[in-house]
Formats: sequence, structure tokens, C-alpha cells
Amino acid sequence: MVVFKKPKSLTDVPLHYCPGCTHGIIHRLVAEAIDELGIEGKTVGVAPVGCSVMAYDYFTCDMVEAAHGRAPAVATGLKRCMPDNVIFTYQGDGDLASIGMAETVHAATRNENITIIFVNNAIYGMTGGQMAPTSLPGQVTQTSPYGRDVNTVGLPIRVSEMLSALDAPYYIERVAVNNVKNVKNAKKAILKAFKNQVEKKGFSLIEVVSTCPTNWGLTPEKALQWVDEKMIPYYPLGVYKDRGAEAKEEK
Amino acid sequence: MSEKVLMKGNEAIAEAAIKAGCRFYFGYPITPQTEIAAYMAKRMPKIGGTFLQAESEVSAINMVYGVAGAGYRVMTSSSSPGVSLKQEGISYIAGADLPALIINVQRGGPGLGGIQPSQSDYFQAVKGGGHGDYHLIVYAPASVQEMADYTIKAFDVADKYRMPVMLLADGTMGQMMEPVELPEVSANEIEKPWAVRGTNCARPHNIINSLYLKPEQLEKTNFDRFEKYKEIEKNECLYEEYMTEDADIVLVAFGIAARISKNAVVEARKQGLKVGLIRPITLWPFPSEVLNKTADRVKGFISVELSMGQMIEDVKLATECKKPVRLCNRTGGMIVSPEEVVESVKKLLSEVE
Repeated sequence: MVVFKKPKSLTDVPLHYCPGCTHGIIHRLVAEAIDELGIEGKTVGVAPVGCSVMAYDYFTCDMVEAAHGRAPAVATGLKRCMPDNVIFTYQGDGDLASIGMAETVHAATRNENITIIFVNNAIYGMTGGQMAPTSLPGQVTQTSPYGRDVNTVGLPIRVSEMLSALDAPYYIERVAVNNVKNVKNAKKAILKAFKNQVEKKGFSLIEVVSTCPTNWGLTPEKALQWVDEKMIPYYPLGVYKDRGAEAKEEK
Repeated sequence: MSEKVLMKGNEAIAEAAIKAGCRFYFGYPITPQTEIAAYMAKRMPKIGGTFLQAESEVSAINMVYGVAGAGYRVMTSSSSPGVSLKQEGISYIAGADLPALIINVQRGGPGLGGIQPSQSDYFQAVKGGGHGDYHLIVYAPASVQEMADYTIKAFDVADKYRMPVMLLADGTMGQMMEPVELPEVSANEIEKPWAVRGTNCARPHNIINSLYLKPEQLEKTNFDRFEKYKEIEKNECLYEEYMTEDADIVLVAFGIAARISKNAVVEARKQGLKVGLIRPITLWPFPSEVLNKTADRVKGFISVELSMGQMIEDVKLATECKKPVRLCNRTGGMIVSPEEVVESVKKLLSEVE
């Protein structure tokens, strides 16, 4: 009996990600959510520029490769012409929170009925480990070789908290995938984000605190620990916006 | 035949796009083209279409990219500084071989420039304004009627060749009112098996993409795209000739400059000067062949432009400098007058005779 197999919504193409990188887990969770909701045939995904640029090869649904940061705008176009299809973007921190911040904020404030999977690993991975808008204070990267100096480049952006300050977006949650319990929670959140869209609730963003062992200069195991010790204290996990729950409470 | 109505050029573009089956418009306010957005904001909700004011021109063009990827007719419009912002998206649309219409109602530049009419985005439009090897098909309408006609044609041509098309107008064309007849268009849309509308689990996934990490693959897609461009140069080049048969001097001008030049031809002829006009209607592909042939029998050319002289380079290339090519221009929002054009004809004649 097969008890563990590849989700239907993932292709057979070998992933190009580094050993210990959690993109693979997150891809799997997205594919499982698509499978469980039975929406593979009507889903269109939007890949970013960054490590997950080639996500278009890994999902079996129709895919679009967007320019750097523009995925929420591309997804808006797709959703507006195909309101009954399921549109998701898969973006990293540089893509979503730096060059694509305007697209992100405005898609959120339109409560655009799309699902955004936001992978925050506090670094630009694809280009070799430069400082990201989410790099932690003091974090050493290629472009902050003496550590992120908050006096000259400011403090990290907490995307989930920031977007939750908007009235419009429907659902925002931050999760992690560094241990089994967190992976299970992440799965629930991602599933909910897709379900919200199917039920036409509006904008859902799941921030996934992720790893980059290669550019953090840590072993895969140490990188998972670093998530617990450094990342999660700065980026607390939890639900930041849930207009569905708010509506229930008001009743 | 439908009735003639009095319309602004910008409105004619918008209504013609709707007639052509465009149901998706994304834009951002900028003078002197905002009437297009205003018109779409009113009309689209009533016909089941989408008007969306994007947060920036950058976003607007990427929304266009999304709809184009799904294979629906889609457009955006802007004016010079806004079109600069769209160039990234236009390059991606070209690189992913997607049909879309981009309108540029030009104003003076560089920088924020001014809000008066200009033709100084010629280079940007015809030489590939964004990065990489690509072309747009570029139409240069010279009347409100042509604003409508070439908007409709642009959607068909974009679909046919799977590529972005630009309508290069200017503030005068956008703002002036003329009688226009908006034809009823039969749905001309073609099958788009490459579009991303969901696989229905019935076919392998489609991917809209412009990334090729293997250089030999990227080279091949560029080679293939330029084979397509050769076909377009053969099939889609449009121009108008006016009184060129016996002309000594031929004016070359497009858009509003061509209208002025036509008046100049009439005025010059009254004064006994044999002057004609070649008006490129497509700026890419450029009507090089007719210019080259004409060069064998005339004494010279004058490129009449509302810029510091951009198209003049293509006129020189087309005519292989067989005859002198001079520039008669105003820029920065100033409009060249027929009298100035006639003066430039006289000056050139005095040089060559």
C-alpha cells in the first residue's frame, strides 16, 4: 500500500533547489492544497523572479512567469478575465516586499480574489545572498558584509503585520515549515488561502518563514534551528487578519 | 454603414477597441490621454468588461500581460512618461509572444517634459523601447477616423502574429474632434491554444514565459521571432503617397506632422513648386522600399517631425543617402507650420538646383 506519494499537481521534473531549502516543502503543500480542493484543471499559477522563478516547471497547472515583483498585477489581470479560475502567485521576499511592494499592497487593498504564497527567507537567494527587505538587524549578507546596519538601511519589513493594517484584505497568516508541527499548520493555512478564493472571499496571503542554508552559511539542520532562534522571534507566527472570523465575532 | 459621430481622438480609440472585442482595459491617469480611461470607466461595466485604474503604469502593463496570457483582447494607454514606465512589461509581452495593444498619445519630453503634443517617442516605439531583441508593429494614425480604424486593425494584427502592437498618436490626435464612423466589426478572434485558461486536466500545462537560461534556446527563439518579423515587413507595411508622381521634393511625415505637410504640399504647389508627401502609416515596419524607389527620381527629401529629428535616420537609411535628406521640425510641444515647411522646401531646392 502506498502511504506517501507525490501530489498530482507536481510535475516529475527534479527541483533545482539547494539541499535543505524549504521551497520543496512549500511547493508540496501548495500542490496538496490544489489536489485536495480538486482545482488543478482551473488553476493558473504565477511564478516570480528569484529562486522560485522556475516554479512554472514544477506545477502541473497552467503557469505564467512574471517580471520581478509584478506577480500580483499579473494575477490581477488573470483573475479579472477568468473570475472562476483559481489564481495564485508564489513569491519571495525581494520580489514581494521590495521591488513588488506597490503591486502587493494594491492587490491587497483591492481585496483581489487571489492567493499569494509569500516565502520569506530574509535574503535574496537566486542572485547569491544579498540583503533583503526582511533581512534581520545585524544579518550578514553579500551586500551587508558588516551586518545589516539599521541606522543606514533601516529595519526589516514585517509584511503580514503591515498588510493587516489595511481594511480590505480577507486573510493573512504567517507560518513556518521548520518542524513537523509547523509544516502541518502551514498546510492548513495554505489550504485555507485557496479555499477562500474558491469561495470568492478575496485576498489571502500566507507568509511562510523559510530557510536559505546556502546563503545563510549554515547546514540544513542549523538553518532550521536559526528559523526558531532568530526568524520566528522577529516574525511571530499566527493569523494576522481573518475577516471571516471578525464577521463571526460581530454576530 | 454606421453613422458619423463627432468624437475626440482619444474617445474614438476607446470605442473602437470595444467594437474590436476588447473587454479589458488597465490604465493610469496621465495627460493628454486620460479621456481613454474615463471613457472605458463609463463603458466597460455596462458591457460586462473590466476597467481597472492600476496603481502605476508598471502595474497596468503587467495586468495587460496577465490578460494577454489568458488570450483575451486587452489594452492599456498612456502618454510618453507613462509609456517609459511600461517598457519593462512591453519587453516581457514581446518575449512571451503575447498579443496586446499599447496606446501612446505622445507629449513632449524628455523627463516630465510638457503636456503639449510631440512625436519624440519615435525611437522608443520603433527601435524597441525596452530591453532585448524585439519589435512592435507601430501604427501612426493621422485622423480621428484612423485612430479608430487602426485600433481595430491593431487587435487583429496582434492576434495574427502573437505580438504587442502600438498605436503611436500624439496630443493633437488625442484631443481634436472630427467626424468618425465606427464600423461594426465581426468577431475576428482566432483560436489561442497557447493561452493559460486552466488545463481542465485535459492537456499538458501551458507556460507563458520569456526566460531561457540556455543561450542556444534563447538565440533560437530570437531567430524565430525575427523570421516572423520578416513576414510582417513583407505583409503589413502601410503608407500613403500624395502628389509624388512628378515631385522634385518629397516630404516624409507621419501623424499630425503629415496633416500639416499635406497643407504645405498644397501651398507649395500653388507657388509652382513640385512637392509631394510620403506618409508612413506603419512606422515599423517602415516603408523603406517606396522611399528607396522614390529617391531615384526626386531631388531630395524633408523629414517633417515634431521632435529633434528621429524618423529622419530611417529616411536616410531607406534612401541610402542617394539624395539629400533635411529636417523641418519643432519640438517640446510646439507645432511646425505649413509655411515653415514650404520655406524648408525652398531652401532645399536652392541647394540642389
